[in-house]
Amino acid sequence: MHDTHAHATEHHGPPRTFIRKYIFSTDHKVIGKQYLGLGLFAVFVGMGLSWLMRLHLGWGNLAIPGMAWLSPNGAPGGVLTPEYYLQLMTMHGTIMVFFVLTVAPFAAFGNFFLPIQVGAEDMPFPHINMMSFWVAFVAFCILFSSFFFSDGPALSGWTAYAPLSTVGAIAGPGQGLGQVLWLSSIAVFCVSQLLGGLNFIPTTLDLRAKGMTFSRMPLTVWAWFITSTMALTAFAVLMPACILAILDHVAGTSFFVPSNLVVSGQLIPHSGGSTLLWQHLFWFFGHPEVYIAIVPSMGIVSQILITFMRRPLLSYKVVIGCMVSIGFLSYMVYGHHMFVSGMNPVSSIIFSFPTLIITIPATILVLIWLGSLYKSRLRITTPSLFALGFISMFITGGVTGFFLAQPPIDIMLHATYFVVGHFHFVMALAAIFGILGGTYFWFPKMFGRMMDERLGKLHFWLTFVGAYCIFMPFHYLGLAGNVRRYQAFVDDYTVHLLPIHRFSTVAALFTGAVQLIFLYNLIHSRFWGEKATDNPWESTTLEWSTSSPPPYDNFGGRHPIVYHDPYQLGIQSVSGADYIMQDSPEEVRPEPTETH
Amino acid sequence: MGIIVEDAVKTAHRPEFGRSGGNGSRHIIPRDARSLGLRESHPSGSSAIWVGIAAIIMMFAALTSALVVRQGASMDWHHFDLPNILYFNTAVLLASSITLEMFARRFRQRWSSPVLGDSGSPWLYATLVLGAMFVAGQYLAWHQLNSEGLYMASNPSHSFFYVLTGGHVLHLLGGLIALVYVTAKLKRFTLRQSTLSMATKYWHFMDLLWLYLLGLLWLKM
Repeated sequence: MHDTHAHATEHHGPPRTFIRKYIFSTDHKVIGKQYLGLGLFAVFVGMGLSWLMRLHLGWGNLAIPGMAWLSPNGAPGGVLTPEYYLQLMTMHGTIMVFFVLTVAPFAAFGNFFLPIQVGAEDMPFPHINMMSFWVAFVAFCILFSSFFFSDGPALSGWTAYAPLSTVGAIAGPGQGLGQVLWLSSIAVFCVSQLLGGLNFIPTTLDLRAKGMTFSRMPLTVWAWFITSTMALTAFAVLMPACILAILDHVAGTSFFVPSNLVVSGQLIPHSGGSTLLWQHLFWFFGHPEVYIAIVPSMGIVSQILITFMRRPLLSYKVVIGCMVSIGFLSYMVYGHHMFVSGMNPVSSIIFSFPTLIITIPATILVLIWLGSLYKSRLRITTPSLFALGFISMFITGGVTGFFLAQPPIDIMLHATYFVVGHFHFVMALAAIFGILGGTYFWFPKMFGRMMDERLGKLHFWLTFVGAYCIFMPFHYLGLAGNVRRYQAFVDDYTVHLLPIHRFSTVAALFTGAVQLIFLYNLIHSRFWGEKATDNPWESTTLEWSTSSPPPYDNFGGRHPIVYHDPYQLGIQSVSGADYIMQDSPEEVRPEPTETH
Repeated sequence: MGIIVEDAVKTAHRPEFGRSGGNGSRHIIPRDARSLGLRESHPSGSSAIWVGIAAIIMMFAALTSALVVRQGASMDWHHFDLPNILYFNTAVLLASSITLEMFARRFRQRWSSPVLGDSGSPWLYATLVLGAMFVAGQYLAWHQLNSEGLYMASNPSHSFFYVLTGGHVLHLLGGLIALVYVTAKLKRFTLRQSTLSMATKYWHFMDLLWLYLLGLLWLKM
């Protein structure tokens, strides 16, 4: 029996051809970069869609330059039709949630760094890993292609509620082919993430280096491990739901289409289905999905803060326990999206209870971060700024979630801008800040060059202020009764809120423009940035013990042996440094008696 | 707020707190091999099969709950007799699990014995044949239902029948492809124990899944 350590590389050496190196690569590092590229492209597409939305919301009759050419049906004369607004909104949400927030923190950084941080040469099934990326890419192409059909993309929101999403083209433009493309794209994306999970979990369980016990895994590894178990169970539920919905479209079945439904004056031939069934299946996936979006960022932020505080967090075990509890509880809370759906109100109480409980581990995490920062000597760098920004956004978004968790309050706030503010703070801001922090932190390792620090700090401050300007007013709008997913505000109680919408639009355009600083920094640093050393941040985890960028087999033939837990920082090392790497055989000297 | 903010200057201060991160190992010296926590890892990544099985279980759990809800949503559920060929197919699938297990055991023995005896490959071929027979038998079952006028869209109970059995057959075909891969590896003498073990677990799981689905279909239809 020759199950060797060199599992991934035993059949072939490093790839030689361009195609094998950069296109169809089985190297987890290349796959991680490919995912990062996909996420980067997707986030700019998603942001562009949001600018169109916000322009239309602020100035309803605005003829947006170029739109008439881009979509003559959707924007005749450059003015978005109401249906086209909903189509853009659907694509914005879908692209952002799936192709940015699942792809970047989990698939991109996880693929690149999980094997290195556990000391492995690669994932156990590199070809399946490669398929995972290309299947995700195909999913994106399918979704994006819906823009180019005359009816346009689906307009039922990223939540694709039945029966709107299952009765077909009669329900509106994009609800025929556009919706089928949406459902197919998402079903294919589910397959991609399941293939990813087939690699992430075995890497963590089976491929850890000698000495890397579970209690010595970095917090990012724990975060990706928890996320991949969530992704496994959640995506496996969304996929059959999408398939059933596709069958409703193309096979005449009636899973989600109720009886006696009349749309546009016509009786829909399907009957007997349950629209609520779609909501249950979707949100059983949908709630774990949003935690899939945030938990990796929690790990990344922890890693960044520890590195720049030069000391560990207050308690490694509690942080892990919190992330595990969040992952576990996330399955029990999904009904809080359905408080006003018409389901049994007793169910609402039952779902409300764990929703309130899940705020506890989230709060403990925040308190640990803040408590660890207290009296620390935090080095201010771009990654550490984004980590602090994450905490700010997470607190703001989190406390509004606490309100929404209670059915009596949610009845007033459901489907208003209050909800939109809440989820943008936790997802669009907190999770993205985690991704950005991770990008600045790991760019030297991934590309061998440092990003420009001044541009990075400028990017942070302008984005931080701009993002608060965009989304903070949403809470007020929601409390004032501003309904979401409307494309114009002409009622008595909303028309006077237009100035606030316009302020938010201006802030959005400004903040969007600021991201060009980031894009410039990325591209310029990639080719002309200052060369990075192996460990520019003086961090302790295994990725910093290898070169920047790492060699093909991650450690240059060396099999690292792990001697320490991951956060030996703020101690006296024999070399004079204040840290000891995880794979350094140096012993940790005992501390003298502390004085407080 | 007591955060002391410092520019990027390396300090060699002792920390001002007494808590330890990680597992508190900083206070334990010296280290010997035992305390290093050395372990033999399983570099084959064989836990992946359980990951895949968990995902497939979740998928069919979702379909089960969809079935239960859909049945209760409306009074239009048509009960029908399951085609008899399904029971024959079940026996075929069970037999294929047995033949695969026979092969797997011989393969394990072959590695532990110094003499390379009979590799047991006829059992593997038998599994492939029985697996293909199952797929053909499922097709016959669908054909029979079609001829009785039971189509995908004719009734929700029919829809679920096709979705559940179709979903199972698609996953089983994946398992067949895996077994073909195992056969190819065997022929080249490069078959690893871990590969065979994963393929075997998957096949047995397909068997168990079918038993569950048969029970569900019998109960609900």
